[in-house]
Amino acid sequence: MTLTIDTQASTENDIVAAPEGTLFRFATAGSVDDGKSTLVGRLLHDSKAILADQLEAVTRTSTERGFGGESGGIDFALLTDGLRAEREQGITIDVAYRYFATPARSFILADCPGHVQYTRNMVTGATTADAVIMLIDARKGVLEQTRRHLSVVALLRVPHVIVAVNKIDLLDYDEAAYREVEASVRLVTAELGIAEVLVIPVSALVGDNVVDRSERTPWYAGPSLLELLETLTVIDDLDERGQATEAFRLPVQLVLRPQGAVVVAPELADSYRDYRAYAGQVASGSIRVGDPVSVEPGGGTSTVTGIDFAGVALEEAFAPQSVALRLADDLDIARGAVIAAAGTLPPITRTLTADLFWLDPRPLAPGARVLLKFGTTVVQALISAVTGRLDLSTLAVEPATALAVNDIGQASIRLSRDLPVERYTQNRRSGAFLVIHPQDGATLAAGIVTAPGEPTRAGDGSGAGSEVSP
Amino acid sequence: MRAPPMTIATHRLSELDVLESEAIHVIREVVAEFERPVLLFSGGKDSVVVLHLAAKAFWPGTIPFSLLHVDTGHNFPEVLEFRDRTVAAHGVRLVVAQVQDYIDDGRLAERADGTRNPLQTMPLLDAIAAGRHDAVFGGARRDEDKARAKERILSLRDEFGQWDPRNQRPELWNLYNGRHTVGQHVRAFPISNWTELNVWRYIERENIELPPLYYAHEREVYRRDNMWRAISPVSPPRDDETVETRTVRYRTVGDMSCTGAVDSHAASVADVVREVGVSTITERGATRADDRISEAAMEDRKKEGYF
Repeated sequence: MTLTIDTQASTENDIVAAPEGTLFRFATAGSVDDGKSTLVGRLLHDSKAILADQLEAVTRTSTERGFGGESGGIDFALLTDGLRAEREQGITIDVAYRYFATPARSFILADCPGHVQYTRNMVTGATTADAVIMLIDARKGVLEQTRRHLSVVALLRVPHVIVAVNKIDLLDYDEAAYREVEASVRLVTAELGIAEVLVIPVSALVGDNVVDRSERTPWYAGPSLLELLETLTVIDDLDERGQATEAFRLPVQLVLRPQGAVVVAPELADSYRDYRAYAGQVASGSIRVGDPVSVEPGGGTSTVTGIDFAGVALEEAFAPQSVALRLADDLDIARGAVIAAAGTLPPITRTLTADLFWLDPRPLAPGARVLLKFGTTVVQALISAVTGRLDLSTLAVEPATALAVNDIGQASIRLSRDLPVERYTQNRRSGAFLVIHPQDGATLAAGIVTAPGEPTRAGDGSGAGSEVSP
Repeated sequence: MRAPPMTIATHRLSELDVLESEAIHVIREVVAEFERPVLLFSGGKDSVVVLHLAAKAFWPGTIPFSLLHVDTGHNFPEVLEFRDRTVAAHGVRLVVAQVQDYIDDGRLAERADGTRNPLQTMPLLDAIAAGRHDAVFGGARRDEDKARAKERILSLRDEFGQWDPRNQRPELWNLYNGRHTVGQHVRAFPISNWTELNVWRYIERENIELPPLYYAHEREVYRRDNMWRAISPVSPPRDDETVETRTVRYRTVGDMSCTGAVDSHAASVADVVREVGVSTITERGATRADDRISEAAMEDRKKEGYF
């Protein structure tokens, strides 16, 4: 049977022409009483993302529970608290994903609860986010919890950090009081090395500066929260020169080698008899047909002869496209290999140091044997030493020999085989990894490479760097 | 034909392109890391989209896994016809597990309300065990339901198929952890992040065929629970319910005994995209009687192994 997939009309046109809508992912974080649920509810409600039957259900439940007293009101938390236990106990257990769209953009919102297992939830929400909105209660200012959340955001290098100073109505829209909070926020973010932070005075309850700019804050000249979300750049955007900001990397998921079992038209089947392509999602950067590439493991080099996407031949592939690459040379490439732009591979090593966000209730002790998942490769590893732990109240690194759940720590790690290892600060995708329990398969930690160890072999890039030269 | 290139593009992929690439990445990861994946395929629009994505993921090769349908015995005949035709066109194998077999031999009993959706779980788990499947693809989306909004893209299930929402693995970056132990399996939801509107826009863009009842047609219906219910042997009107002929379409396609139609004149996919874009009611709220039983109806079914 022959299957025709109608892709001619789609992929190419969409890429050439201006896309009709882009997707923006953001996460919200804050302490328990900062009004995060109210803010999320306000964003969804004012952008008309809550449909009639959902609104009716939460209004009914709100009334039944006496929310808002005599005057009534809607408990927006009911919209995101999806589990029975959450509604019964009035708590949020897990990251909830919400979807809404404005004429400008579509949004995926990861709503991260602030109190229970905040590291686990923050890390989950922040790893895929283009932006994080941190909520602060204007009356309380920067709390320890704020510093903790911001340090996670800083370490994970979330591209945009927005601090919403909420409940500004309760300060009678007083500029001096707001400026004081803003200054203390900027002090902390500067300390954490967050290059740019966008601070907005809002009232989620009343709606000031959430969707529309408020007349009650004439001293604030910036955009509303939604305006910001509609205009900030997304992770895989290009820089102002139209260049990808990171070098090309494609972790190979599998090799497409149909050996005759093809879905193309019968008269074309012969030309696909020896078809061989490397399927994967571009993790960073871009590549064009004719570009030279390097492959690790093996250190082979070749040239891209074709970029296929379900029957459409592309001239160029870029993050985060899922494609299949054909190469000029017959190299030994299997799942777990990385195809990189020639001249950009970091040195090959068997050791590294990393920051670990420990997410499992079982503590980490030095000497632990674990699995690491980098891209599409899984490698055995040994945590040879825990070298420090971030004190989240002082933001200083204190000596430590073990890590407990929700700790952020530093560790030295030995790998069972050679890997091209690069810093997370150089490449957000290839510098990130999972720590997995070798027996039960639990995800123990999120890891980011702070430094590759002694090279066992040089990469093909210049020194430790893997950045694109301008 | 080509539009003039933009001078400096800062983003080059549309929302649908990003969602499509994410879904294909998930499908390829599962095929690479698991021994015997299977796709739950009902002929409903979401599973049709996942099948289409799978075909794109492995082009020019064939789809490297089989399909599974749990037939409640109450399915719309035109959907079953579409299902079989689509399966044949893709050249894949379909296994059908029949709820009716379980009722016939007494392993399951018909419910008082006649709905068979909750009865699918046992045949599903048996079919997963019989096929020794370690990964099960589904077309579930997080925007469908509050419980689904909390489920991971790769969701670990124990040997009873149970979902433990309080003990889910964190899902970090695009690094999916498919490790599992004997008896466990993983449910994989490649279109988790798609909305109903995304699905319809994709169906329009990719020219994907669907069962005809997704589009406006005339049908003999009666009003129950604020929905138009089709006349069928398994969903007869009561004496006090008036039968009339209306122009309707289905927003979801499931068991005839609990799926309702909506008033609609959307006869083409473009019409449906416009209609969904301005709809003020969620698709499950509009069309699924079983999800109205309680606020946590879906969560309770999922904990028992439902998909």
